[in-house]
Amino acid sequence: MNDTSTVAAAELIPSRGAVLELQGIPRGHVVPREIESLCDQAMALFVQTAEPAGIIKRVSAAEFATIYAGEGRNEPQTPVAEIFPRADRLALIAVTLGPSISREISERFQSDDLALACMLDAVASVAADHLAETVQQRHVDRRRELKEIDQEARALRYSPGYCGWHLSGQRALFGFLDPEPIGLSLRDSFLMDPLKSVSGVVLIGAGWIHAFDNAYPFCTDCHARGCRERMDVLGQG
Amino acid sequence: MDTLSDLADGVVNGDESKVSALTAQAIDTEGSAKRILDDGLIRGMTIVGERFKAHEIFLPDVLMAAKAMYVGLGLLRPLLIEENVDSLAKVVVGSVQGDLHDIGKNLVGIMLKGAGFEVIDLGNDVSPSRFVEAAKEHDASVIGLSALLTTTMPVMKSVVDEVRSQGLGDRVKTIVGGAPVSEDFARKIGADAYGFDAANAVDKVKTLVGKN
Repeated sequence: MNDTSTVAAAELIPSRGAVLELQGIPRGHVVPREIESLCDQAMALFVQTAEPAGIIKRVSAAEFATIYAGEGRNEPQTPVAEIFPRADRLALIAVTLGPSISREISERFQSDDLALACMLDAVASVAADHLAETVQQRHVDRRRELKEIDQEARALRYSPGYCGWHLSGQRALFGFLDPEPIGLSLRDSFLMDPLKSVSGVVLIGAGWIHAFDNAYPFCTDCHARGCRERMDVLGQG
Repeated sequence: MDTLSDLADGVVNGDESKVSALTAQAIDTEGSAKRILDDGLIRGMTIVGERFKAHEIFLPDVLMAAKAMYVGLGLLRPLLIEENVDSLAKVVVGSVQGDLHDIGKNLVGIMLKGAGFEVIDLGNDVSPSRFVEAAKEHDASVIGLSALLTTTMPVMKSVVDEVRSQGLGDRVKTIVGGAPVSEDFARKIGADAYGFDAANAVDKVKTLVGKN
């Protein structure tokens, strides 16, 4: 069964440090008053325009195997393909901040309000991840209450487009999850509409199941370090 | 400080009202729109680019400066057209098909404009054929490709291949960038350059078009 939920935008307001860090400003760096003010404006705009909603649905490993296979365009070996069979519980997830905030960002870029547009984009990006974490955590907490998973179980989210899971996998994921009730749809190019949205699979199990060496063939071409950082958080780096 | 140095200073500080007033004043006193552009607005953005490269300032500072520059450029544009002042070159930029992340690409476009290039921004989720058609339509010298998803990086190769297969390789150069992209990857797919950040991308584009 699909579990839809909403979260108040005010609950998702990121820290100023996280927003500035996403724009290349080191944590703890003292920024001019103008930049602080821009950040505050962006936070206020976020609260006015974001309509956060999420949907999460349990899925079996066998069902996910079909979803993951998607259109057959994944890399031959991927972390997700190795991790999901070891997971105790799996769930598909999609969250969105709604159309208004994406429109606001786009309009501000078009009217050359560049710094505020970029600041709002950063606020929304951090908040979208926070929203996904919130919906995911509610799901995990519920599973714990029902004693379906133990207290030590760790959950991580994996998304199409990353680590060898081809973006075309969105089609099968959307087909199974049906996030239309939260206003989320898929473009022909597999991108989500509204843009400020997150989708993926939540894999829940012992911390070790999430550990992998970034030695897949596609890792040699990738300079992103998010995979290592996520494992470090779980103490699996 | 003379008017144009003052104007450059206004751009550096992102002071829109100062840039507006000094551009108007320079139009009355300096005579040449090209000189106001080069020695005032572009000079200011060049200083901004250097400070950004040196990590003395950050993205929001650059964007506030760019907005101030655009104010001046708006006042200057009719005169630049009148004087037939050409841009350094035309650059088509976009995030490749399947990729919606466009902040990095936007910043590259903004800094290219600040350096005197004409930028044709195709947005995000851009197909290889659209990149090449836009380069032909606008007679662009460079195509700038951005990707943030590892799985969309192969689309960059499709664009490079499309440029070559249409026999445009001699006059349309390609530059790639984005968080997961590397110099090795750029070399592997046959791109002409790799920009590791927006300021570096501007330097590389200048080299590609022989304006460095």
